[in-house]
Amino acid sequence: MSVTELNLGLALPEIVLLCATCVVLLVDVFIKDHQRVITYVLSLAALLVTALAVALQPLGGREYAFFGSYVMDPAGRVLKLFALAGMALVFVYSRSYLHQQRLLGGDYYLLALFAMLGILVMVSASSLLTMYLGLELLALSSYALVAFRRDSASGAESAMKYFVLGAIASGSLLYGVSMIYGATGSIELAGIAEAVLAGEVLMLPMAVGLSFLLVGIAFKFGAVPFHMWLPDVYQGAPTSVTLFLGSVAKIGSFALVLRVLIEGLGDLYESWAAMVLILAVLSMAIGNIVAIAQANLKRMLAYSTISHVGFILVGILAGTASGVQGAMYYALVYMVMALGAFGMIILLSREGFEAENLDDFKGLNARSPWFAFIMLLIMFSMAGIPPFVGFYAKVAVFGAAIEAGYTWLAVLGVLFSVVGAYYYLRVVWYMYFEAPTGEVRPMPSPDLRFIVSANGLAVLGLGILPGPLLSLVANVIPG
Amino acid sequence: MAENLPLLSVLIWLPIFGGLAVLALDALKPGGEGARADRWLALVVSVVVFLVSLPLWMQFERGTDAMQFVERLPWIERFNVEYYLGVDGLSMPLVLLTTFITPLIVLAGWQVIKERPAQYFAAFLILEGLMIGVFSALDGLLFYVFWEAMLVPMFLIIGIWGGKRRVYATVKFFLYTFLGSVFMLVSLIYMYAQSGSYAILDFHQLPLGMTEQTLIFFALLAAFAVKVPMWPVHTWLPDAHVEAPTGGSVILAAIMLKMGGYGFVRFSLPITPDASMALDWLMIGLSLIAVVYIGFVALVQRDMKKLIAYSSIAHMGFVTLGFFVVFAIFANNPDGDGAMLGVQGGMVQMISHGLVSGAMFLCVGVLYDRMHSREIADYGGVVNSMPRFAAFMVLFAMANAGLPGTSGFVGEFFVILASFQANFWYAFLAGTTLVLGAAYTLWMIKRVVFGEVANEQVARLTDINAREFSLLAILAFMVLLIGVWPAPLVEVMEASISGLLDHIAQSKLVTP
Repeated sequence: MSVTELNLGLALPEIVLLCATCVVLLVDVFIKDHQRVITYVLSLAALLVTALAVALQPLGGREYAFFGSYVMDPAGRVLKLFALAGMALVFVYSRSYLHQQRLLGGDYYLLALFAMLGILVMVSASSLLTMYLGLELLALSSYALVAFRRDSASGAESAMKYFVLGAIASGSLLYGVSMIYGATGSIELAGIAEAVLAGEVLMLPMAVGLSFLLVGIAFKFGAVPFHMWLPDVYQGAPTSVTLFLGSVAKIGSFALVLRVLIEGLGDLYESWAAMVLILAVLSMAIGNIVAIAQANLKRMLAYSTISHVGFILVGILAGTASGVQGAMYYALVYMVMALGAFGMIILLSREGFEAENLDDFKGLNARSPWFAFIMLLIMFSMAGIPPFVGFYAKVAVFGAAIEAGYTWLAVLGVLFSVVGAYYYLRVVWYMYFEAPTGEVRPMPSPDLRFIVSANGLAVLGLGILPGPLLSLVANVIPG
Repeated sequence: MAENLPLLSVLIWLPIFGGLAVLALDALKPGGEGARADRWLALVVSVVVFLVSLPLWMQFERGTDAMQFVERLPWIERFNVEYYLGVDGLSMPLVLLTTFITPLIVLAGWQVIKERPAQYFAAFLILEGLMIGVFSALDGLLFYVFWEAMLVPMFLIIGIWGGKRRVYATVKFFLYTFLGSVFMLVSLIYMYAQSGSYAILDFHQLPLGMTEQTLIFFALLAAFAVKVPMWPVHTWLPDAHVEAPTGGSVILAAIMLKMGGYGFVRFSLPITPDASMALDWLMIGLSLIAVVYIGFVALVQRDMKKLIAYSSIAHMGFVTLGFFVVFAIFANNPDGDGAMLGVQGGMVQMISHGLVSGAMFLCVGVLYDRMHSREIADYGGVVNSMPRFAAFMVLFAMANAGLPGTSGFVGEFFVILASFQANFWYAFLAGTTLVLGAAYTLWMIKRVVFGEVANEQVARLTDINAREFSLLAILAFMVLLIGVWPAPLVEVMEASISGLLDHIAQSKLVTP
């Protein structure tokens, strides 16, 4: 063993991000509250440098580092770039929110950067332990982020729920990992896949391990019936944190599914397909139906996330390359839409007031036609109405399901998306058909204004020309 | 033929960008001054679009059923989706109907719309582009994109400028049509999975087994039957019509309902001919129920808009009857002489109904703008204070009742003639429309237009102004023109219809 065999250069993005985060951490210690903008700029710079490191990395197909525990491939590159870009958007959205809500500490950026590092590690995980390492880094940072507003009782409560349930899920996941290790004799995903292919697997421990593993994954992803934490956490957390959990963190969850289920345990498809089927159907059903009853927009979007997770799982369930492509496309597109939706909540919030109730959107068209239009784009996109990008995501996953012979599931899926359309429509109707309750016009800062507009128009633009992103995803996930 | 100008693309995108320009203009110059400019811009755009659409008629090559004015570009390569446009004799008249009606709608909303006029006109222009897209798309997914995207402006039109129960009506409209459409989406994806292409013309050639055909037939039926609307999925229409602003009602009746009928001839019949043949009894039955039962329902309405809405459902029953009666005719005589008449009748009926129902809704709009009531009981003796208006309304009512010499007669007559070839009782039941249609329309006219002046308000009514006069006069001219001289319209469709009939006469079943 030598250092060159480690192939350390492959992990350069993570190393860069870690170093940059440490620099930000050090700088942040020495500056005062009114200078926090320095932390903000440095954090954005850290993301930018990392993104450059990812983008410029020479990559010839699939490469391993750390003796097979770390992998980098074109799909990983796309996921990382999207996650980094999403995180940058999260920072831009958060800056004015944190300022408004008097949450001046720099720790928000630091925790988020560590969470980002966790996501990058998850995307590149090719052994169950690396995966667990990334996951825990993401999870621990997230727990702290949810409790970030120290004087908020609901924040503390949801952080507690998140932590306790998250710990149970991690335990379950780790237990599953140990079982799988016992059953296959390998901790690396490639080794596990080999053992499965060769049939040298102890079936009982494997089955038990797989079940526990899936429970953990379903929890992290927020799939029914392991979704209980999600609405409370989304609602209780500061909006800038919900923004992160609802968008960028989902890329990490998708990477988890991609690496573990598809690449590691793909040959056990028959064993996990039925479990994923139950998760997918329940998530689509519960997510869409329960969202109708919500009056709090953050909570409604939480249930909507659950339903979208169901749709993503439909793609995974198809088990084919086009299914995985569909799921990945869906995850990327969902991140863009979720950023826009939570971004709108931030945009409408002002000092001491969070526009988190549906009622706060009443008559927005009269107060600010442009942002009402942006929200309209995002809501119709989430509902899966063309020509917005969410529609093509649904076409991609349902198309894969139909090709794989799950036509009935596609029918069920589209029916639930009709149910879901109702609550997205309700947001539009509140904005356009109801009289405004207050006279207050939103007065967002120029950067927020620009980013929300760009985000909303991206939903429209990616919908009018969906070809490039779909082809990109198809290229990085080989058939 | 002007091959170099992408005419259909211009027709789709010009109104959409025009609508955005109206919004931009409003953002730059809010207030009264801006509102006037918005209206003019919207009118200019819609008139230009109409003028640009005229070459479709002039340069259209009669005597071929091939697609014309074709544009074909790759759009989403991953799914082999193309930006594939073209029209034939079935869709070209409907495109023209759309471009013809839209300027009238802009004019109809000229002074009436006080609240957010820019958004109102922009919504209609964007809607126009999307509707033209529906009629000219030859790629299944592209068709679906236009088809669904259309719901967004319509949802806003009913919801923002509608009546008291507008939110209920518009959400019902949206969910109803969305629910129908998603089944179509699944069947489109299914056919893509089978054929590797989304092109509708490829779907026409795709061999399919009977079970598949039946399922696809029902999936498409869910989408189109809701749009037509056919009994029993028609309940959204009266609500939507009653609550929509005048322009919304006109566009709904004149064009949106036609999309269901168009869907049948573009998708259901050629893609699933065997299932259509096997299930023609169902379609004929539903159509006849629409004609007879809905006719009776229309008779008892107290609200003028509701009455016209129900009469629309009954008239659209003729369209579906004309399309599906052809299978019964094939069964009777293999040369299928009357089949041509059936489809022609359905198509002419669609155009005619577009003009007549649009005109009827405009007439109600004229009254509503003055009295703010749609109740028949609030009116009476309108002819005394509005003689010119009364003349138009009576003319359109006659056309609605299918009087010979008006466009309403041609389509219904063709369809009834065709039904005789199939079965006497079909024709008999369809023929009751002549009685029922006359009954509900003329009875309404008697109560609204004629008789004693009902109250002070009616006595004080002012007759139509030049704007309203020109609107109604243009429509009246078209109604009479098609009524006395339908030949050019029929001629345009002829080749495409016979091509369609040849196609559906052949079984697509896969021989095992």
